[in-house]
Amino acid sequence: MSTLEIKDLTVSVDTEDGAKEILKGVTLTINSGETHAIMGPNGSGKSTLAYSIAGHPKYTITGGTVTLDGEDVLEMSVDERAKAGLFLAMQYPVEVPGVSVANFLRTAKTALDGEAPKLRTWVKDVNGAMNKMHLDPTFSQRSVNEGFSGGEKKRHEIAQLDILDPAFALLDEIDSGLDIDALKVVSEGINDFRARDGKSVLLITHYTRILRYIKPDHVHVFVAGRIAESGGPDLAEELEANGYEKYVAAGV
Amino acid sequence: MTAAVQEALELDKVESHLHPEGSFDVEAHEVPKGREEVWRFTPLKRLKGIHDDAPFADGATKVEVEAAAGVTVETVAADDDVRGLSGLVPTDRVSARAWAASTGATLVRIPTDTVIEGATVIRHHGTGSETAGAGHAVIVAEKFAKATVVLVFEGSAVVADNIEIVVEDGADLTVVSVQDWADDAVHLSTQHAKVGRDANLKHVSVSFGGDVVRHDFSAEYSGPGGSVESLGLYFADAGQHIEHRLFVDHTAPKTKSHVVYKGALQGEKAHAVWIGNVLIRKEAEGIETYEENRNLILTDGAWADSVPNLEIETGEIEGAGHASAIGRFDDEQLFYLRSRGISETEAKRLVVHGFFNDLIRQIGVPELEEKLTSTVEAELAKNINTLIEKDATA
Ligand SMILES: Nc1ncnc2c1ncn2[C@@H]1O[C@H](COP(=O)(O)OP(=O)(O)OP(=O)(O)O)[C@@H](O)[C@H]1O
Ligand SMILES: [Mg+2]
Repeated sequence: MSTLEIKDLTVSVDTEDGAKEILKGVTLTINSGETHAIMGPNGSGKSTLAYSIAGHPKYTITGGTVTLDGEDVLEMSVDERAKAGLFLAMQYPVEVPGVSVANFLRTAKTALDGEAPKLRTWVKDVNGAMNKMHLDPTFSQRSVNEGFSGGEKKRHEIAQLDILDPAFALLDEIDSGLDIDALKVVSEGINDFRARDGKSVLLITHYTRILRYIKPDHVHVFVAGRIAESGGPDLAEELEANGYEKYVAAGV
Repeated sequence: MTAAVQEALELDKVESHLHPEGSFDVEAHEVPKGREEVWRFTPLKRLKGIHDDAPFADGATKVEVEAAAGVTVETVAADDDVRGLSGLVPTDRVSARAWAASTGATLVRIPTDTVIEGATVIRHHGTGSETAGAGHAVIVAEKFAKATVVLVFEGSAVVADNIEIVVEDGADLTVVSVQDWADDAVHLSTQHAKVGRDANLKHVSVSFGGDVVRHDFSAEYSGPGGSVESLGLYFADAGQHIEHRLFVDHTAPKTKSHVVYKGALQGEKAHAVWIGNVLIRKEAEGIETYEENRNLILTDGAWADSVPNLEIETGEIEGAGHASAIGRFDDEQLFYLRSRGISETEAKRLVVHGFFNDLIRQIGVPELEEKLTSTVEAELAKNINTLIEKDATA
């Protein structure tokens, strides 16, 4: 069970010309079991929102609050946030040379659970998750994300979602770079996760394509660092038809 | 000397500073003052005088030999003909002094056409003696032989030595030199290889312990088609000076060299130096060379110098490249790992292991792999508290 509450969140990044404000007051509540989609044009600050929630050091929180079941997320270190139940699937997953996927997953699972996973079921679980994402079992022996294709990186993120089983998944453009078959595989993985009890998802996307496979409960239009409009699944359809122009024009 | 070797040695004179004239005469080498190009990184004050005129005596190390079946290991007299077989002529005073002071040499011979199973290990255990020791070893892989020889240095000692490696035509030899010294050891090693026609040499230098460890490894080719893979792994702790100077002299056509050195540094005044010199002579047409050095600085107060240097005297080459990097932990990598619940300390451990893993695998000596991984682990454990403190104050 987890409710994520974001209130008036403002975030800046350091640039050569000083701090630049990117999030300009984001307020959003995601209740346990809900799936929210955030849709917005390039550069609107979607990844900034995801990274800020996950605690990336590059972003400075200048105002507002983020709580998970009432706990102050912003006070937590990056790994504490993961232990509290947050998971971020990254738009551009990072390569870690020389660290095998198997070692990485075992280390992460051990850290999250506070004990090493049972060897017997573990290997089966990992292989099962890889299999579901159509990743060859040999991926376990490869270095984390190194030499993975764009699509393989994304499927590897969802395999981790399956194995690490967080309460709350932030999925940042999990659909970008996927061909139609891979998109279906990834969507199935996300839907399997959603079918588990009380799991929440924040699905960040630029295109409506993935929403054919994953039905969100709420859709938010994200423009210029804030939510411009919120609605039900039909809002996505309207965006599909009319694009972001209306919002972008209004924002200027 | 065979006619072929004679012929191969008759090379054009090279003006390059990479190829100083050597001499067996100690007095031909001035006492280094520290400004000289080849000494400018080395802390001379900590060499216990071996670069000057500190006496050498026997007994600085106890030597234990575990010879693999088929390999002969014997001690020969200082005036034995095998000394100098690799073409080594001392180019600095320490090497010349060690040559002059050696009372004998360890000769390792792998007979023609034999493929040896398992590694031959020569263990040098420092006895903590006050007097410095001078060593000499000659490793000969005869034609088409295949073997692995591991030199291990441990304990407390002050040692200067010359290690000669001869890889005859078609032979395939791996030589690993592991400097796992105690904290106070001083070791200056000059290692020179002559690589025959179509022969392969894998030379590996692993440096963990010691106060000052300086390794000069050079290679030349006595025929075309020879290949040298030179790998290095080092871990410099607080106060340690670890220096590797490589020189690959492409003296024959169609030869290859591939150099990869990786090191981690941690603690106040941990210092690593890597000089990678490659000379491609006029006659060395169609050669391929690549050299790389990567340093991972784990804490403040540690520093690395990394100088790749490629000198090319012919345009007819297959490929030549180098890379050198001195970096700290990558924030994106740490963030990725930590976003999966892995603590900062654990994430750093993973990254360091990852940094060395590929290299350890390339060394390809099963007997060593586990030991190297656990030594990396032990080195990290030493400083894990510092890592955490630094994080807290960063
Ligand atoms: N270090 C930085 N310096 C300057 N601007 C930055 C920096 N980092 C991010 N930005 C800017 O912040 C804005 C938001 O970036 P963000 O990556 O959050 O957008 P996004 O909505 O995820 O875009 P996309 O759809 O392309 O993924 C962009 O205009 C980006 O250029
Ligand atoms: Mg983005």
